[in-house]
Amino acid sequence: MKYKTVIGLEVHVQLASKTKIFCGCRTNFGAEANTQICPVCLGLPGSLPVFNRKVLELSLKAAITLNCTIAETMKFDRKNYFYPDLPKAYQISQFDMPLAVKGYLDIELNGGNKRIEITRVHLEEDAGKLIHTQKESLVDFNRCGTPLIEIVSEPDLNNPEEAYSYLKKLKSILNYLEVSDCNMQEGSLRCDANISLMPQGSNKLGTRAEVKNLNSFKAVKDALTYEVTRQQAELEEGRKIFQETRLWDDTAKKTISMRSKEEAHDYRYFPEPDLPKFLIQTSMINDIKKSLPELGHEKKDRFVKDYSLSEYDADILTSSKAMAEYYERCLKILNEPKEVANWLIGPVLSELKNLNEAFDSIKLDPRELIEMIKLIKENKVNVNTAKEEILPEIIENYKKTADVLKEKDILQVSDEAELSAFIKQVISENEKSINDYQQGKKSAIMYLVGQVMRLSKGKANPKKVKEMLEKKLEN
Amino acid sequence: MDVKYVAELAKIKLTPEEAEKLQLQLDNILCFFKDLENLNTENIEPLSHVLDVKNVFREDVPRDSISKQDILNLAPQKDDDFIKVPKVVG
Repeated sequence: MKYKTVIGLEVHVQLASKTKIFCGCRTNFGAEANTQICPVCLGLPGSLPVFNRKVLELSLKAAITLNCTIAETMKFDRKNYFYPDLPKAYQISQFDMPLAVKGYLDIELNGGNKRIEITRVHLEEDAGKLIHTQKESLVDFNRCGTPLIEIVSEPDLNNPEEAYSYLKKLKSILNYLEVSDCNMQEGSLRCDANISLMPQGSNKLGTRAEVKNLNSFKAVKDALTYEVTRQQAELEEGRKIFQETRLWDDTAKKTISMRSKEEAHDYRYFPEPDLPKFLIQTSMINDIKKSLPELGHEKKDRFVKDYSLSEYDADILTSSKAMAEYYERCLKILNEPKEVANWLIGPVLSELKNLNEAFDSIKLDPRELIEMIKLIKENKVNVNTAKEEILPEIIENYKKTADVLKEKDILQVSDEAELSAFIKQVISENEKSINDYQQGKKSAIMYLVGQVMRLSKGKANPKKVKEMLEKKLEN
Repeated sequence: MDVKYVAELAKIKLTPEEAEKLQLQLDNILCFFKDLENLNTENIEPLSHVLDVKNVFREDVPRDSISKQDILNLAPQKDDDFIKVPKVVG
């Protein structure tokens, strides 16, 4: 039997406020354990949570961009459950009056666009972090009260690739809005997936499994691909799919049932009596709408149109807001869109990759990069020298291009008198290649150019050398 | 409503005698709520908060947290940095 895959995603996003959702504790990642906590986020008796205005602004930015209907009135509720990472034994969340409902996100697929409906976007606080050792569990409460939005999609995704595209687009939007840093390794963006299969042509949804512990986009794709195969095998062998939570094991590349450990949940939601209701005025929504920045896919389209870049190049350049903005800062100094794009996508990106750094943290002043590109255009250094001798110095060691030029003996040699000495030597030492060339094997010239480059320690102007060699050998 | 279920959710241990006694009390309390169901609430808006307050915000300004030691001292089991709990499988 043929089956149709049905996937819905729940994405938790940490909002980029300085402080927690209901208290003034900082939300810095990687701080010393249990140093960013207070009576409010620990739920000590007598403490009173007060809602962070910035959190409302950030969450509204996201919800508006996701085309949601914003609540006129929203409230918070207590979700009760007992676990050591939750000192209050309840999480402040939103139940029946969330921030926003009924939005959508258009994703780009090979065959065109597809609209994915968004069920709701609600606010909640994060729980603490547990570290499991051999004998016990250790609790770090720093993350308690960190502001999150949960974005719930309709089950509109029909294969793992669509889920991947949805996440990629969502991440790009949140990154451009500066609503979150979206760092999956640090848990700023977390994803749970609901997945089920139904017979092709049926309109009755199958029993779903919820997959957790998806720590990268690739893990989402891999786990969902695994689940499709698993559920299909179960159904084909006449077995039943259980409604259960399954954990993705990224090492073993499979999902594991959590069924035996799972207790029946009874969250006993009720309105949070310590927080009032919130009325969201149209004027506030309109102000935010006016302040929304250009998004990644809009920037991409503009780059293709204004700078005549290929879709591929524009896609890479706009893959992060930092890179796109850097690119345009460079163009303000040197208006050569294609040339600058090639440098950023090629050597600069691979240099950053070697350093294991993201574009967000690049310290290279655009002026120094452009200075280097100009040296090439003016024939003062050759491309390889620039890539190998200058670029690492200005990216890694924050040097100025002019200083590197002074320190290193790398100025390109184009002077015919200087070059002819090298050429003379190469010609005398490479009789065979010269014969080859003269008998019509024109490619032999590149070998000879290479020999001159070697003798000149890479400083010779290869174009000039080739011209001179050709002239010499024709005679 | 089963008082043993409520006790389990609240992590409270009850002896059989306590359970029997509290079940009666719980049933009585729930009966009072039954009375409320008899009221006509047709034209009354649902209420989520007893006070008529709205939109109380704080600004996104960091404030010093309390000392780690003060918090750790509240815990029955701890080490230098963490509160310790019996192993829960994550």
